[in-house]
Amino acid sequence: MDAVRISAPLTEAEARALRAGQRVLLSGTVYTARDAAHRRLLELLERGGEPPFPLEGAAIYYCGPAPAPPGRAIGAAGPTTSYRMDAFAPALIARGLRVMIGKGPRSAPVLEAMRAHGAVYLAATGGAGALLASCVESCELVAWPDLGAEAVRRLTLRDMPLTVAADAAGGDLYVSGPAAWREGAAKAKIKGDFHGNER
Amino acid sequence: MRRLDASEITGCVARLCMEANRRLPADAEAALRAAAERESWPGARGVLADLARNLDAARETGLPVCQDTGLVTVFAEIGQDVHIAGGGFEDAVQEGVRRGYAEGWLRKSVVADPLRRVNTGDNTPAAIAARIVPGERVKITVSPKGAGSENMCRVKMLTPAQGEEGVRGFVLDTVREAGGNPCPPIVIGVGIGGGFDSVAALARRALLRPLDSANPDAYYAGMERGLLAEINALGIGPQGFGGDTTALAVLIEAAPTHIAMLPAAVCICCHADRHAEEVL
Repeated sequence: MDAVRISAPLTEAEARALRAGQRVLLSGTVYTARDAAHRRLLELLERGGEPPFPLEGAAIYYCGPAPAPPGRAIGAAGPTTSYRMDAFAPALIARGLRVMIGKGPRSAPVLEAMRAHGAVYLAATGGAGALLASCVESCELVAWPDLGAEAVRRLTLRDMPLTVAADAAGGDLYVSGPAAWREGAAKAKIKGDFHGNER
Repeated sequence: MRRLDASEITGCVARLCMEANRRLPADAEAALRAAAERESWPGARGVLADLARNLDAARETGLPVCQDTGLVTVFAEIGQDVHIAGGGFEDAVQEGVRRGYAEGWLRKSVVADPLRRVNTGDNTPAAIAARIVPGERVKITVSPKGAGSENMCRVKMLTPAQGEEGVRGFVLDTVREAGGNPCPPIVIGVGIGGGFDSVAALARRALLRPLDSANPDAYYAGMERGLLAEINALGIGPQGFGGDTTALAVLIEAAPTHIAMLPAAVCICCHADRHAEEVL
């Protein structure tokens, strides 16, 4: 299956068109934010403050990159585990967040908010930080430098290979992928037994 | 008595921090590449191929294989006939971590306090697991471990009556609950026996074994093979998207325990079972 090229920020229609299991190549602007930045972002929004980047249509990459060695845009830059941001994600989705990039399954409230508002969850290959770094063209600090690796950074991506892990229509590859494998394995087993009986 | 300058320990730890983060032990890399060859599920083949290419990318660029360069455990076997001079052993180790993480462009992921959470800025302190052994050498193993897999580790105090079945069930439940979170394919260190504290250490130390090794006790070697097959039959697959390869290895370490106890620990690691060692 050919990968679909998309560019962030995304419109609601673009997000709603994606389906779990599809491969995408993401270009454009994404913002890094993880545990500590999410806490600060939500506290700021609750106080009525302006977020450090526009949330409407935005893509957040759950990533704390390694420092960039001289001559490189960024250090290793793979995804962190997404469930730790589940407590914060629905409120951000309701405010326009359209794309989350991370790894690992999401909670029911996050999936529900994605359906309600038209957002998508993309998975980057966890553990492929050196490879994913090659898709980052630039990296600039945006907010909260005191957080170190956890600070908010603006990344420009070019064709980052990602998988649609959960979509706005209720599809969830963390459920459907293993289920399809088990179904295949069960069929193979029945077939094996059948051939066994023939002999 | 042999004299060893503390600065040699610092230099050694700094080198090992960089090496452990940039390339996997040969056995771990071989296990990943073999799994990529064997995998039959199409999507899973792609993921494993990407992870193999990532190891090449790290080698070519000098970047760490993963941005989560971890919380470091330094295992040391200190010969009792060695006199460490010119500074304290633990200070020398921490200085080595500080230097290795700065010079190697590795991520600083440690907060000074678990609840108030301010980054120490240099990835210290590392945990130090030292043993005193005969002889006049010092063996140092640096093993960084990322939070994605570390957050999926569990300890459980079973009853003796639950026996082997109880331990197997606990391991399977832990892997099932972890699902796609710890970046499968995973390596699973299992500790059985000892006490609450030592069983976790047993499971963690099991990850230092080569992935193609078997427990020398045939009973536990059989349990390792059985558990690996059961785990891969779960179908979680690479990244949790389904496939033949959920785990690359199960490594069990057992220890004597109390008549009323059966502690078990499951230490889940991603495919990047990072460790590097040197003997001084």
